[in-house]
Amino acid sequence: MLDKKHQMIQQLTREFAVNEIEPCIDYAEEHGEFPDELWEKAARYGFMGCCIPEEYGGQGGDFFSSIIMMEQICRTAVGAASMFMANSLSGMPILKCGTEEQKQKYLRPVAEGKKRCAFALTEPGAGSDTGALSTTARQDGDHFILNGRKTFITLGPTCDWAVVFANVIRDDGKKALTAFIVEADTPGFSRGKREKKLGLHASGTCDLIFDDVRVPKENILGTVGGGWRVAGSGLSAGRINVSSQALGGAQGCLDEAVKYAGERVQFGKPIAKFQNTRFKIAEMDAKIEAGRRLIYSAAQMVDRGEDALLQASRAKYYMSEVANEVAYKCLQIHGGYGYMEGFAIERFYRDLRIMPVYEGTSEVQLMVISSAIMK
Amino acid sequence: MKILVCAKQVPDTSGKVAVNDDGTLNRASMPVITNPDDLNAVEAALKLKDAYGCRVIVVTMGPAAAESMLRELLAMGADEAYLISDRAFGGSDTFATSQVLAAGLHHIGIDPDDIVICGRQAIDGDTAQVGPQIAEKLDLPQITYAGELTVEGRTVRVQRMLEDGYMTIETDTPCLVTCVKELNEPRYMSIRGILRCFDKPVTVLTYEDLKDEPLIDASTIGLKGSPTNIAKSFTPPLKGAGVMLTGVDDSAVVADLTDRLSAKHIL
Repeated sequence: MLDKKHQMIQQLTREFAVNEIEPCIDYAEEHGEFPDELWEKAARYGFMGCCIPEEYGGQGGDFFSSIIMMEQICRTAVGAASMFMANSLSGMPILKCGTEEQKQKYLRPVAEGKKRCAFALTEPGAGSDTGALSTTARQDGDHFILNGRKTFITLGPTCDWAVVFANVIRDDGKKALTAFIVEADTPGFSRGKREKKLGLHASGTCDLIFDDVRVPKENILGTVGGGWRVAGSGLSAGRINVSSQALGGAQGCLDEAVKYAGERVQFGKPIAKFQNTRFKIAEMDAKIEAGRRLIYSAAQMVDRGEDALLQASRAKYYMSEVANEVAYKCLQIHGGYGYMEGFAIERFYRDLRIMPVYEGTSEVQLMVISSAIMK
Repeated sequence: MKILVCAKQVPDTSGKVAVNDDGTLNRASMPVITNPDDLNAVEAALKLKDAYGCRVIVVTMGPAAAESMLRELLAMGADEAYLISDRAFGGSDTFATSQVLAAGLHHIGIDPDDIVICGRQAIDGDTAQVGPQIAEKLDLPQITYAGELTVEGRTVRVQRMLEDGYMTIETDTPCLVTCVKELNEPRYMSIRGILRCFDKPVTVLTYEDLKDEPLIDASTIGLKGSPTNIAKSFTPPLKGAGVMLTGVDDSAVVADLTDRLSAKHIL
């Protein structure tokens, strides 16, 4: 299934995750971010810009490489996924829709791991329903003036800039959804307080607030009214990326359950000897492997330049649902200990709950799938 | 200056060790890794590359499958690799292995400012003989057990880690150094290294390529050229459990210990 190159990326990432990320998890869970030293180290080995071309500071790998990588990172720590967003949500829209200058200025430092870029689409009143977005951009000479509020923004607390979606109000009163690259030190840009979340404690999330933020028109990503295209440009990649987070997390749960079942003795033998445990684990393994094949096939479609929208939705739907089933059952295998902080399964259980929610809920994926196969 | 690193693909003995009926290692059933000390050797070479921009060439003797290890070392940053591989070299003990490796290094060419770096020993045989034997056969000065290594011009300074201390030695290039794990912390492969390693040259050297080397002779290579005979291979019985001495105070424990040691005529 994997050629030698992808096997090596898998092996490298696994080693890096176990040796470098794992020891930082407790710190990150407590402080809401992984330490800067880990960001720097990860950047040095090229993880940040794995699938960004070399001319924009990346490593020049294919998209599939970044999926293999994300799986292995999340197998150790799902909360670390947002460190590598340059390969998906942060980087892809700029790579696909940016001008050469924008790519050098705003993509290169992100792919090199020197700067952080957030993706700001969701608002308190609108997620997948982008028609309901209320952030506005009013033209004033060579600038646009942004007003509004974006919510649940991953990397919000630490981003250096963000891709922000706002409606330009035309003279005839019609709204034109437009993407802007907004630097965080622009006057009027502020951040809300860090959100306290059920899971992903290791990854900072907050609101981004725009109060008369003046953005030069050369920071329009794509065209005025081209916001749909920008949002859509990274859609499949983003969903496949989240699927691989769910896949890695599910495998991490199963690893923990297999290990624990071998150690935990009840009624005179390790619970791994009981058929109930064995069948449960075997069932989960089969489902995880099915999801893995689906995700890999979707990623390879992206690399072949095919339209992967349907396959990405299938992968995102299936894997995020399976990951939660796996987290539930693996916690069950741990019994009371699984409910306790300090056991990895407790963290996985919380972290994986977001998978059927962000990057389009499971229900949105079902909408995509059903419209593709039914009239 | 170029750095030639000898590396070996070995069974991963940190996992389950599989043993054949005759007591030899069942290599086929065990996962393979790069010998850990050899990774330190590669890291030492890459550090010199980082500092001086020299080329790093990795060399191994092994079956065709050892190419995967060479690709990994190239992905860490080595520039070029040689795989010395031929049925005629199979079954070599340390003497015959060092004969072939020395011939291979001679074939590649050792310039006056070159350094050969080897790991101290491989985890499958634990002999620590191959590095020193290569040096002898190539008539190179050798410094073993390097725990620190600095190169200035043609002067190589090494701190040798010994059981009861250390010893600092200098020599001139060309020379051979064997290193211990304390020398450095091997880097990982990098994403870019992995993506590029398949474009780097890996040259296979067979018996045909090396047969004119003076060191290569049917009586010095392969199973026939190996003076080592394995008389018996066995798993040593486990030692008995230790005894923890306790007492009302330290002097009572010490008295107990001296009594026991005296009884065994150790004191």
